[in-house]
Amino acid sequence: MADLFIGDDLADDIEIAAVAAAVGATNTVVHAGERLVYGGTQRRRDHRHLLLPALHALQNAKGWISPGGLNHVCTLLQVPPAEAYGVATFYEMFRLDEPDYGPGVSHVTHVCVDAACQIAGSRELIAELEASGAQVHRSPCLGQCERPPAQFHQGIGRPDLVPADFAAGGAGLGGSPTEKIPQQGDPSLRLLRNVGVVDPTSLEAYRANGGYQALDRAIAMGADAVCSAVAGSGLSGRGGAAFPTGIKWRAVAAEQGRPKHVVANCDESEPGTFKDRVVMENDPFAVIESLTLAGFATGAENGWIYIRGEYPLATARLQNAVNQAQDAGLLGSNAAGSGQRFDIEIRRGAGAYICGEETALFASLEGFRGEPRSKPPFPTTHGLFSEPTAINNPETLINTLDIVLYGAEQYRRRGTERSPGTKLLCVSGRVTKPGVYEVEFGVSLGEVLALAGPLTGSGRLAAVLMGGAAGSFVGPDALDLPLTLEDTRERGTTLGSGVIMAFTDEIDMTAVALRIAEFFRNESCGQCVPCRVGTVRQHETMLQLQTAGGLGAKRRKLIEDISQVMVDASICGLGHTAASAINSAFDLGLLPGGRNDDN
Amino acid sequence: MTITEVSVSLTINGRAVSVPQGTSLLAACESIGIETPTLCWAENLTPVNVCRVCVVEVEGSRALVPSCARAAEENMVVHTESPRVRHSRKMVLEFLGSSTDLSQASDLAVWMRHYQADPNRYGQTDVPAERIVEEPKVQDDLYVRDYDKCVLCYKCVEACGDDAQHTYAIAVSGRGFNSRISTEFDTVLPDSACVYCGNCIGVCPTGAIQFKTEFDMRAVGDWRPESQDVTTTVCSFCGVGCNLELHTQDNKIVKVTSPADHSVTHGHLCIKGRFGWQYVQPPTVSPRD
Ligand SMILES: Cc1cc2nc3c(=O)[nH]c(=O)nc-3n(C[C@H](O)[C@H](O)[C@H](O)COP(=O)(O)O)c2cc1C
Ligand code: SF4
Ligand code: SF4
Ligand code: FES
Ligand code: FES
Repeated sequence: MADLFIGDDLADDIEIAAVAAAVGATNTVVHAGERLVYGGTQRRRDHRHLLLPALHALQNAKGWISPGGLNHVCTLLQVPPAEAYGVATFYEMFRLDEPDYGPGVSHVTHVCVDAACQIAGSRELIAELEASGAQVHRSPCLGQCERPPAQFHQGIGRPDLVPADFAAGGAGLGGSPTEKIPQQGDPSLRLLRNVGVVDPTSLEAYRANGGYQALDRAIAMGADAVCSAVAGSGLSGRGGAAFPTGIKWRAVAAEQGRPKHVVANCDESEPGTFKDRVVMENDPFAVIESLTLAGFATGAENGWIYIRGEYPLATARLQNAVNQAQDAGLLGSNAAGSGQRFDIEIRRGAGAYICGEETALFASLEGFRGEPRSKPPFPTTHGLFSEPTAINNPETLINTLDIVLYGAEQYRRRGTERSPGTKLLCVSGRVTKPGVYEVEFGVSLGEVLALAGPLTGSGRLAAVLMGGAAGSFVGPDALDLPLTLEDTRERGTTLGSGVIMAFTDEIDMTAVALRIAEFFRNESCGQCVPCRVGTVRQHETMLQLQTAGGLGAKRRKLIEDISQVMVDASICGLGHTAASAINSAFDLGLLPGGRNDDN
Repeated sequence: MTITEVSVSLTINGRAVSVPQGTSLLAACESIGIETPTLCWAENLTPVNVCRVCVVEVEGSRALVPSCARAAEENMVVHTESPRVRHSRKMVLEFLGSSTDLSQASDLAVWMRHYQADPNRYGQTDVPAERIVEEPKVQDDLYVRDYDKCVLCYKCVEACGDDAQHTYAIAVSGRGFNSRISTEFDTVLPDSACVYCGNCIGVCPTGAIQFKTEFDMRAVGDWRPESQDVTTTVCSFCGVGCNLELHTQDNKIVKVTSPADHSVTHGHLCIKGRFGWQYVQPPTVSPRD
């Protein structure tokens, strides 16, 4: 590769300082005009994974990414400007045109317009904010569905923040537990036992409550025994796909001779999902401990946390936990006395649902566009940097602490034979006590709704959205449905990421379905034709349904045809599930019925 | 290409086929005379498998698989004419036809008829089907980029980048339906990293990037491929020995390509071979100027 061509625009001092702070002095080695020492692609990869942090720094410094700022980052990291531009324009949180906010604007207010917030008045909130002169950005689900309509402030020249984090008085990182969960004090809680009880900012407090005993036990048992225990427990992935965790860890453990990685997938962007945020904010050390445990079990020395950009408090608390763990020798060259090096690096996403898909996440973290790729090969052999990688949802990870401490058999006492353990559910919508609930697999949908208190709204249940926008609606006749992987599958629905969103019968379900269609249209990465165009055609057809008050035979056929090709021929899970909730809404009769004309 | 003695046996549409290990399903189909539509695949580029027009059904696989990128495996049972395959191919063609200008993608027109694709069934007067609308970018005397013809096959990006030129002047920008091939901040090509090798033109399947000569001649209705001759010769600029195909109409060079299977060029050229024909004839002046 010859020298990179970089245009004439220059960065100003503010931009240069911001990038230097984000990228760190140790990495600033390449200067403009310097000839490359070793060839093309290799050199690009060396620094490229710093692209996303550098873009965040530029965006935060000025409220946009200027041509000069981009040139500076490209020179520093040796990324071709066209590619860096392609990466920057992929993300919701970055803008590449100069905003005319006027003086004194310190943030852009993101307001969630997805289902839980849509039915709780986000439209009215946006109108109010705009009338007061605020800069408003309509956002997909912000992962705060239990406190709708949700807001997030993207800072300009100051840190990002979530206004609700300050509502309880406990600002930002400091202080004692802020969260009160509906099941607070319930002695049967396992995954949520520390939430609201143990100071999330103190390693000492975490240890005083049993923290790091599991890691010690794991080291005493040895990596192989840990993998066996996890496999024997029947633990399956909580990120949506329910893949057996033991099989994944064993596969990575078996890989030899290349650097290996464990990644906590904290992108949590499935509409209706907020459990990972509650865990990360209120029990961050459990995430760090269990990720370390995963590194030990798989023999991976590199731990990564990829967290969505709209979670500033969780990011701060995780970073604080990593720092304290490092200081205490629980991370580093001989992590927790394991004899193995293990470090954790935290990376922020920048607003893209698709980056929760594992291969898209790797691409994003490496500094490329968050585009998924076809599998096989699977991440266990070709993951981050094309090296063996175990990627797990944080809820999956924290389950392994109990498995190691008390054994697979004890773990299996909860839940069902085929769905052992407990599950975090994100209950939202028209219920009195929305929030995260921990239940044993096997409780019925009705029992969970009862836990969350009487229905609000009309009080008459119309439908429940299971598993998020990628899941499906079920009707009031499904209240007896046992919440297990096997039962939900059999009834044609899914637990997915644990979303239980209740809709009562005064709600305009056409508007809800229309927004789900719009969500997929906006979030498609655009790589493959079935999803890039299919999500647009699906959304347009839903718009026609809304204007015409129903669909004729031709349009119903279109909806089916579009859905079929997205399921059959898309590259990734986003396309595969983009029609699922809408199809279920039709099947349940939640949308205006067919018309007799044939349009 | 590594030559391997190991072969795999599979069944395609009920017929037993044996191919060398590593052969793509696309090539396996071709070996028994089954034609497959392709768009983002090219023999001289790494498969990106994004267009999905080449999908086939493999028994045991839940989703259809892209034949261009999936290698044949022992005992695979493949169907290329099943209702699901026909449906997906037809829909991909309809989706592209309903959103982009395929008037210069002659191969696709044949497949559209084959699968009875009807791009016009999308949209209604109240909610029209959204199309890619872009003005042609005429920024120099060599290329025109007309992105409402772009199907986002990534070929030009690959040819400009890792697969041939290592120049990285263009990349995919934006997301979803708003994705576009672009330079940084959409700067004009002469101010970008572009070295005018024209390899993007060489690989573009839809005419979204084309020679300015062709663009100008089409604009006045004077582009007549049927009355063009192709003469193969060797480039005289340096000693590498690139094969050139000179396309001439009315005895004038109107465009230059190189065969994708040529061992030296793999279809790729540099600015001199691609555009340096002025010493043979004066530059074509746009009839509109
Ligand atoms: C469009 C899409 C988005 C996803 N988002 C997430 C996510 O935010 N968090 C997550 O853990 N998994 C997500 N997944 C699933 C991951 O690809 C992967 O299966 C998971 O992280 C594996 O971890 P687990 O086995 O512990 O569940 C997503 C998948 C798709 C297709
Ligand atoms: S299915 Fe959608 S999100 Fe997934 S790769 Fe294709 S275009 Fe991208
Ligand atoms: S311009 Fe042509 S080669 Fe490039 S992506 Fe578009 S259709 Fe493909
Ligand atoms: S925060 Fe609004 S739906 Fe999740
Ligand atoms: S030709 Fe195979 S996916 Fe495009």
